[in-house]
Amino acid sequence: MSHMIKTRKSLTGRILVLITLVVIVTAWTIPTLGVFVTSFRDSKDIYSSGWWSVLPHKDFVKTAEFELPADTNPDAPIELEGVTADFADWREGIAVSENRTLRWYGNKRSRKIEVYEEKWIGFGANLTLQNYRDVLSGGTVDFVDGEGNTITRQGNDFADAVLNSIAVAIPATIIPILIAAFAAYAFAWMEFPGRKPLFIMVVALLVVPLQIALIPILRDYTRWGLNGTFVGMWLAHTGFGLPLAVYLLYNYISTLPRDIFESAYLDGATPFVTFVRLVLPLSIPALASFAIFQFLWVWNDYLVALVFLGDKNRVVTSALAAMIGEKGQDWHLLTSGAFLSMIIPLTVFFGLQRFFVRGLMAGSVKG
Amino acid sequence: MSQRIDSKWNRSVLVALVLLTFGVLVGGFAILQNMQSYKVFMTIFAVIWGLGSVALLYFVLNAVAESMPHKIRSTAVAVVFAGPAVVMLFWALVIPTLRSLRLSFADANGNGFVSFDNYKFAFTDPIMIESFRNNLLWMVFGTSFCIITGLLIAVLADKSKAEKIFKSLIFMPMAISFVGAGVIWKFMYAYKGEGINITEIGLLNAIVTAFGGEAQAWLLLPVWNNFLLIIIMVWLQTGYAMVILSSAIKGIPDEINEAARVDGANGLTIFFRITIPYIMPTIVTVTTTILIFSLKLFDIVRVMTGGNYGTNVMANEFYLRQFTYGNSGEASAIAIVLLVVIIPVLAYNLKQFRDRKVLK
Repeated sequence: MSHMIKTRKSLTGRILVLITLVVIVTAWTIPTLGVFVTSFRDSKDIYSSGWWSVLPHKDFVKTAEFELPADTNPDAPIELEGVTADFADWREGIAVSENRTLRWYGNKRSRKIEVYEEKWIGFGANLTLQNYRDVLSGGTVDFVDGEGNTITRQGNDFADAVLNSIAVAIPATIIPILIAAFAAYAFAWMEFPGRKPLFIMVVALLVVPLQIALIPILRDYTRWGLNGTFVGMWLAHTGFGLPLAVYLLYNYISTLPRDIFESAYLDGATPFVTFVRLVLPLSIPALASFAIFQFLWVWNDYLVALVFLGDKNRVVTSALAAMIGEKGQDWHLLTSGAFLSMIIPLTVFFGLQRFFVRGLMAGSVKG
Repeated sequence: MSQRIDSKWNRSVLVALVLLTFGVLVGGFAILQNMQSYKVFMTIFAVIWGLGSVALLYFVLNAVAESMPHKIRSTAVAVVFAGPAVVMLFWALVIPTLRSLRLSFADANGNGFVSFDNYKFAFTDPIMIESFRNNLLWMVFGTSFCIITGLLIAVLADKSKAEKIFKSLIFMPMAISFVGAGVIWKFMYAYKGEGINITEIGLLNAIVTAFGGEAQAWLLLPVWNNFLLIIIMVWLQTGYAMVILSSAIKGIPDEINEAARVDGANGLTIFFRITIPYIMPTIVTVTTTILIFSLKLFDIVRVMTGGNYGTNVMANEFYLRQFTYGNSGEASAIAIVLLVVIIPVLAYNLKQFRDRKVLK
């Protein structure tokens, strides 16, 4: 039956759908592709041409340059290769033949003429890993800008930022999961005073904006000396991640069959042993899906890091944001930095996509 | 499986364990602070110590609870299980809400009572009015673009051969931070300025000039720049809407669609008469999630324009008030306004929760 219906769909209809999809997906992918390609280009090339010029295409490229005789008067019309024009026009560039353009370079005194010829370019583009070396380095970095000047900058020490991000993200992923799993088990299978109102509180906290908590927690941290420390970041991310973690894990753990808890109890297992030996192993799908969720959230977080870490122990997002502010035009550093900040989350994401999607479905109310 | 029902811990062992845990916590913290210059070791140590401490804490607390008198033991164990999470939630979210409320009535330093002055600022200051307008743009356009595009892709890609590839590529930006996305899109909108022989390296300007238009400093164009920033959020969040909506669409029973086709309904009719009504609850959930999200949005604006050129939003102004101008009163008032705006959603969530009778 369904096969018959499929064939009834017109061919043009299906092609239209396919074209629409390809257009949307292309539009979605091109921004990332641009940054990816740029991060491997030579710094000078980045300033002088768009990243798409690495694709093979026909274009005018500089093939030579020569100097005019010292007695050339730039204020009078100048004749070159059979064309006469004044300085302003030469400076704009004039096509002396179909695929040859001459262009005056710089001011009137330079007398330098650049020759551009139309050629197929883009095969074997000039690609390099230098940008990555520069952005990872903590020392000084030299590069060439669009005008050909050599610029020296302090490196961004991205290697250090990546380590900081790992030191923040791994514990800030596992600690809340552990705490939330214990709590979810208690809410699902134990009796204690205040169980229901406390769980309602968890549900309410799912949507509370974390801006509300930043200033008071910052005050605590100043008093306790936790500003700029990893411990402070773990605590904050644990607190902010808990409502969703407890909620998701509760949804899962409460559906485990009652029998297994009863037989464990009959075997004499304490709740702690039951939890460690039975509940945790059985909950691995739920734990994994939340872990990816939380990891991506912590790794990509900027607000919490900005407030509680400041310039100490900079994580990748802060390092990148600082680069945008300080070096907004150094595209070779920005793009390689951006790509470095994306590698780990993208790997986690594509590697464990199935789990992540499952986590999204269960908790489509992330606060 | 352990065979002990009454796992009575020896009292001195317990005391020793508690002291050990305390030592591990304090000592580890002290070591961590002195390891800043050996990043790799510090990172490894931080991971092991951080996780070890938490595991040890539960183990010891549980041991203490299990050694309680029989009458209160099961409650004590439950408290050990749920307690840390509840304490964390109170410390990180519940109490700060009350503290922020108090600060919102205090002066810039958090002392003294200034009545409703901070709220007067929050609702009348021109920069706040601009922020409200922009937040409204984000909520209306950002959310609807995300939902419509997400729905479009979910429906079109459904059952197509390359469905997985299409969806993964749309979904991919979900893994990218807003700051990373900021670099990506700043590069798209890049503008090199006026001058002779300038090649635009930003794709948007390259397209515009290729069609004979004039290159623009896009992020400086009032009102339009807001939409250019909103595009970034749409780019990041559409994947989320798509995944959830797509799974709802797959949940529609085949018989319904087939019956409609037999009755002669075409694709569009099926989409509007069957698909949409069937997945309406999911659309509502996704819409609220993205609405809340766009209300609190901060990173994109901060990284792209810093809130200048008419692009400010509430969450960014909150940050500026607290950390640039050092006025915790005004910042807290903004945070409270954010919370108040979200209360209807919160109430809706709670109602749903009660209706579903999740908690037995």
